[in-house]
Amino acid sequence: MNDQINEKPRSDGTLVEVRDLKKHFPVQAGLLERLMAKRIEYVRAVDGVSFVIHKGEVLGLAGESGSGKTTTGKLVIRLEEPTEGSVKFDGIDLQTLGDEEMRRLRRRMQVIFQDPMASLNPRMTIGQAVGHPLQIHFPEQAGSHREMIYEILDKVGLSPPQFFIDKYAHQISGGQRQRVVIARALVTQPDLVLADEPIAMADVSVRALLLDLMIQLKNEFNLTYLFITHDLATAKYICDRIGIMYLGKLSEVAELREVYSHPLHPYTQALLAAVPVPNPHKRRTQPMPVGEIPDAIHPPSGCRFHPRCPIVRLDHCPKVEPELRELRPGHFVACHYAEQFL
Amino acid sequence: MTGENKKVLVEIRDLDVRYQTRLGPVSAVDDVSFDIFQGEILGLVGESGCGKSTMGKALMRLLPPTTEIRGKVIFDGADVLTFNEDQIRDFRGRRISMIFQDPMTSLNPVQRIDEHLVETIQVHEPEIKKPAALDRIRGLVERLGIQKERIEDYPHQLSGGMRQRVMISLGLVLNPSLIIADEATTSLDVIVEAKFLDELREIIDEFGVSILVITHNIALVAELADRIAVMYAGRIAELGSIYHVFDNPVHPYTKGLLQSVPSIKLDEREVLYKMPGEPPNLTHPPSGCRFHPRCPEVMPICSNHMPSLLHVTSEQMVNCWLYQDHPEKDRPTIEVAT
Repeated sequence: MNDQINEKPRSDGTLVEVRDLKKHFPVQAGLLERLMAKRIEYVRAVDGVSFVIHKGEVLGLAGESGSGKTTTGKLVIRLEEPTEGSVKFDGIDLQTLGDEEMRRLRRRMQVIFQDPMASLNPRMTIGQAVGHPLQIHFPEQAGSHREMIYEILDKVGLSPPQFFIDKYAHQISGGQRQRVVIARALVTQPDLVLADEPIAMADVSVRALLLDLMIQLKNEFNLTYLFITHDLATAKYICDRIGIMYLGKLSEVAELREVYSHPLHPYTQALLAAVPVPNPHKRRTQPMPVGEIPDAIHPPSGCRFHPRCPIVRLDHCPKVEPELRELRPGHFVACHYAEQFL
Repeated sequence: MTGENKKVLVEIRDLDVRYQTRLGPVSAVDDVSFDIFQGEILGLVGESGCGKSTMGKALMRLLPPTTEIRGKVIFDGADVLTFNEDQIRDFRGRRISMIFQDPMTSLNPVQRIDEHLVETIQVHEPEIKKPAALDRIRGLVERLGIQKERIEDYPHQLSGGMRQRVMISLGLVLNPSLIIADEATTSLDVIVEAKFLDELREIIDEFGVSILVITHNIALVAELADRIAVMYAGRIAELGSIYHVFDNPVHPYTKGLLQSVPSIKLDEREVLYKMPGEPPNLTHPPSGCRFHPRCPEVMPICSNHMPSLLHVTSEQMVNCWLYQDHPEKDRPTIEVAT
C-alpha cells in the first residue's frame, strides 16, 4: 500500500509533473484491411508533452480542436492510459498504482466537463449526484453526508440548498446545472481539478458569474486547476500560466500575461490575432496562416507547424523538430527561429 | 455606413412567433420590427433561447406548420408570410438562402459536392443543363478558394473550413439577395473562423448581397457587421450602427452584455460584469419589459408595461422605459446625445 495517497500535498510547490507524455490511438481498420494485414495506423493525439503544474495555480491548456488538449487533461488524471511517458501527482507516479490505490487517489483529483446535462444522471436528484462521491470516498462518515452536501451547495451559490437538493437536473437552469457539477467535483475536497471547457456551454451573461465562482472556490479551498479551453479570451480571466498546444505538442508555455503580450511562437501569434475583438474600431487586418490543422495520423515532419508558418526556413524546419527552449525567464517556446521576436 | 441613402431589402413588421409546446405556448419572437438594408451585414445577437434562430427561420418560412406566425415580412414589396407553397419554394434559394452551423449535418454524406450544387441549380432553374451548371459552379468555388477538382469529393474528404466554404457556395449559387448565416462559424476553430469572416466580407463586396449574421458571439459581430440588433427574450432590445452601439450602448442589457464579453487584450476590461440571474423561460415570460428582473435600473413601470423599440438617435433604436415617456413614470426620460 502506498501511504502517500492520503497525505496532504507536499510542500515543494509542484503538484503535477508530466514527462514526455504520449497517447497514440489506433485507427480502427475495416475487416478487409485487417484480413490483408495492413499495418495499423495511429492518431498521435498527444505526442511528447512535458510540463509541471504548481500548487495553487491555474494552468491553462489552449489550442484548436485536434490539438490534444483534452487527451492531455485526461492523461493527467489517468482517465486514459498513456502510450509512453509518466505523470507524477504529488510525487506519486500514477502508472505504479493499482486500481484500488488509484481509486483512493481520485478523491484528490476531480473533473468538470463541458456539458453539465451530459455529466449529470437525469434520474438522480441534485442531492444524490453531489452525495455520490461522498459514498465512494467517505462511506464511514455517512451520518454527516447530508450536512456536507448542504454546505457545498451553499458554497457554489445554490442556496437555499433545501430548495435544490431534491430537484432533478432538468428542473434547473443551465447555469445552475454547471454549479451542481462544480459542487460534485469539490465535495471530496480535491487538490487538483481538471476543468475541460467548463463554461463553454454557458451564455455570455452567465459566464462571468461562473468564472468568478471558480476563482473564489479555488482560493477558498486551495485548489489547483488544469483549465482546458479553446477560448483564449476566457482564459485571460482565470489562468496564471498557459500552454499552447498544436498537433499533440506544446508550442509555447509561460505566464499568461507574458504569452499574450510577447507571443514568441508564430502559431501563438496567429491564434491570438484570430480571436475576434469586441471593438469595431479594432478590426483585424493581418492575414491568417494558410491551410488548416493537419491530421494527427501523418503529422508534418520536423516542426509540425512548418507547412503553415510565415517564418519557415525550408532547409531546417521540415527536418529538425524544435525542442521547448527557455527564451525569457519562465517562457518556453518550441521554434527554431523565435529569437527574432524577442 | 449611414441609414439615409440605403435601400431597404426586407421590412419586418410586428412579427410574432409562437410555438405550441407541451408546457403551453412559447412566445419566441414578440412584436419585432426592423429593416434589413441592401448590401449590409446585420448582426443579430442574443443568448440561447432569445429567439434569434426563430427569427431567421421565420424569414425563410422554415418553421413547423403548428407554429403561429403573425405580422409581415416584406421582401421586395411582397409579404413572404402570404406566399403559397410554389411561391415560397421559388423564393427560398433564389432570393434568400441560409448557411447553417454544422456543415457535416447539412451536407449529404453520400452525395458529391458537385452533384449537390448542380441539384440546387436545377431544382430552381430546370432549363439549365448539367455542363452549364458545372461551369457556373467551378467559377464560384474557385472564387471561394476551393480548387475546382475538389468539388468531385464527398463531404468527409474535405476539411472543416472547406466544408464551410461549400456551404457558402450553396448559399450563393442562385444569386440570392439575402443570406442568413445562423451560427455559421460556431463549429470552426478561431483561425478558420477568421478566414471565414474575410470571405464573408469579400462576398459582400463582390456580390452585393445582404447578410444577416445570427450568433451568440458578440466579438464576432464587432469584427464583421455594419449594424447590430441585440435580442433578449424574444424582443429586440437595441438596434443600431455597430459603432454607435459599441461606443455608447443605451439599453441596460446591452451595456451589461458588452461588459461581460471577454477580451484578449491585457489591461482591457480586466473585470467582467457579472449580470445577475439567467435568461427567462419563454413559456412564462416576465411581465412588462422582459429584462426587468435582471435590470440594474429597473423602475416600477417596467414590470407593468412593455416599452417599444424607438429611435433615440438617427443611428440607434432602443426598447427601454428609461428613454420613453409614460404618465406612470417616476423618473425623467433620458435624452441620448447624438
